[in-house]
Amino acid sequence: MAEMKTAAYICSGCELGNRLDVAQLSKIAQKEGKMALVREHAFLCNEEGVQMIRDDIEKEAVTHICIAACSRRSKTEAFHFPTVAISRANLREGVIWGIAEGEQHDEVRQEMAGDYVRMGCAEVKKMTLPLGNPNHAHNKRLLVVGGGMSGMTSALEAAEAGYDIVIVEKEAQLGGWAAKLWKRVPFKQPFAEPQDTGLAELAGKVSSHPRISVYLSSTIAETSGAPGRFSVQVKGAAGITTEEVGGIVQATGFTTYDINKLPELGGGKSANVIDQAGMEALARTANGAAIKRADGKEVKSVVFVQCAGQRDESGTHLPYCSGHCCATSVKQAMYFKDANPQVDTVVMYTDLRLPGMGEDFYRSAQQKGVIFTKGKVSTVAASGDGCEVKFRDLILDEDTALNADLVVLATGQVPTAGVNLEAWNPIVTAAEGGSAEAKQQRVEMQKTSVLNLNYRQGPDMPQLKNGFNDSHFICFPYETRRTGIYAAGPVRRPMDMLQATEDATGAALKAIQTVENASLGRAAHPRSGDLSYPIVRLEGCTQCKRCTVECPFGAIDEDERRFPQFNESRCRRCGTCMGACPVRVISFENYSVDTVGNQIKSIDMPDEFSEKPRILILACENDAYPALDMAGLQHHVYSAFVRAIPVRCMGSVNTIWITDALNSGYDGVMTMGCKHGDNYQCHFVKGSELANYRLSKIEDNLKQMGLEKERVISHEVAITDSARVAELINDYVAKIQEIGMSPMKGFN
Amino acid sequence: MTNANQQAVALYSNDFLREVEERVEEGEWVKMCMQCGVCAGSCPLGNAWQHTPQKLFMMIRAGKREEVLTSDSMWMCTSCYNCIVRCPRKLPITHIMHGLANYAHRLNLAPKGQPTREVARLFWNSLAKTGRVNELKFSLAMYFKDGIVQGIKNAMAMQSIGLALVMTKRLNPMELFGGHKCKDPGSLHKMIAKAREIEDRKKGFTS
Repeated sequence: MAEMKTAAYICSGCELGNRLDVAQLSKIAQKEGKMALVREHAFLCNEEGVQMIRDDIEKEAVTHICIAACSRRSKTEAFHFPTVAISRANLREGVIWGIAEGEQHDEVRQEMAGDYVRMGCAEVKKMTLPLGNPNHAHNKRLLVVGGGMSGMTSALEAAEAGYDIVIVEKEAQLGGWAAKLWKRVPFKQPFAEPQDTGLAELAGKVSSHPRISVYLSSTIAETSGAPGRFSVQVKGAAGITTEEVGGIVQATGFTTYDINKLPELGGGKSANVIDQAGMEALARTANGAAIKRADGKEVKSVVFVQCAGQRDESGTHLPYCSGHCCATSVKQAMYFKDANPQVDTVVMYTDLRLPGMGEDFYRSAQQKGVIFTKGKVSTVAASGDGCEVKFRDLILDEDTALNADLVVLATGQVPTAGVNLEAWNPIVTAAEGGSAEAKQQRVEMQKTSVLNLNYRQGPDMPQLKNGFNDSHFICFPYETRRTGIYAAGPVRRPMDMLQATEDATGAALKAIQTVENASLGRAAHPRSGDLSYPIVRLEGCTQCKRCTVECPFGAIDEDERRFPQFNESRCRRCGTCMGACPVRVISFENYSVDTVGNQIKSIDMPDEFSEKPRILILACENDAYPALDMAGLQHHVYSAFVRAIPVRCMGSVNTIWITDALNSGYDGVMTMGCKHGDNYQCHFVKGSELANYRLSKIEDNLKQMGLEKERVISHEVAITDSARVAELINDYVAKIQEIGMSPMKGFN
Repeated sequence: MTNANQQAVALYSNDFLREVEERVEEGEWVKMCMQCGVCAGSCPLGNAWQHTPQKLFMMIRAGKREEVLTSDSMWMCTSCYNCIVRCPRKLPITHIMHGLANYAHRLNLAPKGQPTREVARLFWNSLAKTGRVNELKFSLAMYFKDGIVQGIKNAMAMQSIGLALVMTKRLNPMELFGGHKCKDPGSLHKMIAKAREIEDRKKGFTS
């Protein structure tokens, strides 16, 4: 690589020139930052300013630049120089916008700007230009696991977009649950009548598509590799075939909640109590004529019991709502009314929910004479030739009963998500410890696996809640915690057929994105396009396994010598491994223990008697750092004693940074990460949670150093917290001033 | 049990909802109620009702025929139209209340002596007879609806107002004897009879 030549560019536009002494900043960049070239410009992001930088790169062979202007989140297009390493000193949002105006603040404001220039120069010297993951692969075929509505839609959408597809379906034909339905809930105007499922047509298209190959009656024996180079063993009747693919969509759908678990509602006790799947079977048999029960009697009255074994607060049944069942019962009630309007159909609900255009469908059912009763069913029992449904009428507030020939229970969806890793891991540990029982359990559990990944962290994707494969229901749909593998349809969250088709399309696009990124050696969401990748210096590794265990995405396996084996294409570049590593051998080209550590040490530390404390802020670049920028933008004034450094994720914070900062005289350290726990907002799912755990141990370090525990403080900051971050900073500065200056100053 | 009621029970067996749909004015709307309770919450007299419109609709669907038709709740409606304005399903609730009251009256199941029912009956009888409401006879009939003694007490209490109305020629005492009428009450009676006949035919009354 060519020799490093550094340059600093200091902008005096956007009022920077009026509020700061730019000449002094230039001097700092030159003398302390040791920048080979230092230039000032009155409007750095305009064409002329950008051309100046471009010229330096071409003619002066500049390789590392520090741009001291606005936040790294601004003007990214103007300051896009892909051939050099870049650091940004945030003088605009971080200094002149966020710090109090007026002459009396000139001194501290200038000191802050000077420190940011020092930090920018220190950082860039430790960076190298990221060149992309060298271990990338180019396979762009996609595997779709499951040939139901979601799987077929995913396959067809991706095939139409020009990608080759392999479908693996465990049944002997395509279709999944949708093939078992008589009709589907309407998804077209006027949303009034049950519609044909359209499945035959879809299956026909899939079967005859030149880009799609289908394995029927097949399962997956093993999946290994990474995005761009997955190797999948497909086990069929004819033995095992190996398929090479670049990305995977898991559309394995759901099974219905076992009706036998609901004996109080007659489940498994009476032949005249069936679930919605059983109801579809009766309707298919009737084929549009009057619907008959299993014993051949024509049904004259039917009761649909909603939320059977769902939304259960006692902990025995499903705690969640499956979303589709209200519309499904409305549809099934219409099966009866359409065949014979004289049939009494009652839908018994506590809360009727028909999302989307379902309200029109509900009205249509009312027009057809379907009766809706708001009541809580207590028992269903055989009575005479049919069933007696006992319930509490919630409107009339009385206990009453209804008789019906047939009772349909709306049981919910249970995802076919494979092995629950939280149960898996302790069993593996016990099995490795030699327990014969655990070994047997492990074998049994492995049989339920869908993907049979050979990953260090287990054979399937982690589950978010209630067994569903997802990483965040709201912020990152389709994203899972296994890069290159996307969940679509009811395996991701409970949903109806229309939602599943939309979901499948989204997942197909996600899979396409990831194989394209992988083929260029770039990261996938949320650092999509990032060319940096984790580099490990194995000579220093102590095989502590913290990186392999803590990686939120299971990207790191172990090789036969028990060293971590990084699968860069599976990595999301959060740096959680870097934060975890006790011997600090993991780094990225442009983000490492050194790039941040060097910044921390570069500032001009005032002495103990100056009454100018210095507080380090380590802010997550996803939420907290934008919140700080916005605090500046909205002029929520905060103290000029803080120095903020953006980090990729709180998970990447190595505690060495904190101890180094305190050792070098900082009076306090604030960390600002995303919310963790049940309703987490961490962009890397587990990063902030892991950081929170690590920081909970920092008190011991402080005690060893003889420092007060208040010298390190952690906050959860959301992107909307712009006013709050200013308050948090000011409160903490006041607190530090109350505790007093750090006794560690002046030793370095 | 009256004839009309016996017939209705025989005709609709247990399907009270269908009975309401076919025989009660605007009754076909009852099935469209989604039980949100906005009508019950909007009614200014809601606290005074035994059954709110929401409950009445639910009772109809649950087949509580006797309870609905003997209820005095729909008689309490003052036609403020709050419920109609607010119903998210656009049910003409006020009209349904009047329709139910009218139907209960027709089957003679409505509560006896219910004040609204009595006023309505006296008003209608006065109007249908002559084509004009005879205010004097109507007022007197109101005074005496609870018996002679109560009637005299009522008349005494209202004496000064009555005299003042007479003095200012707002009330003609001679109306007590016959009173004024429309040009051709006989034709009016025929019209009303015809209208009743049409209605009976449409709603399936056989009497």
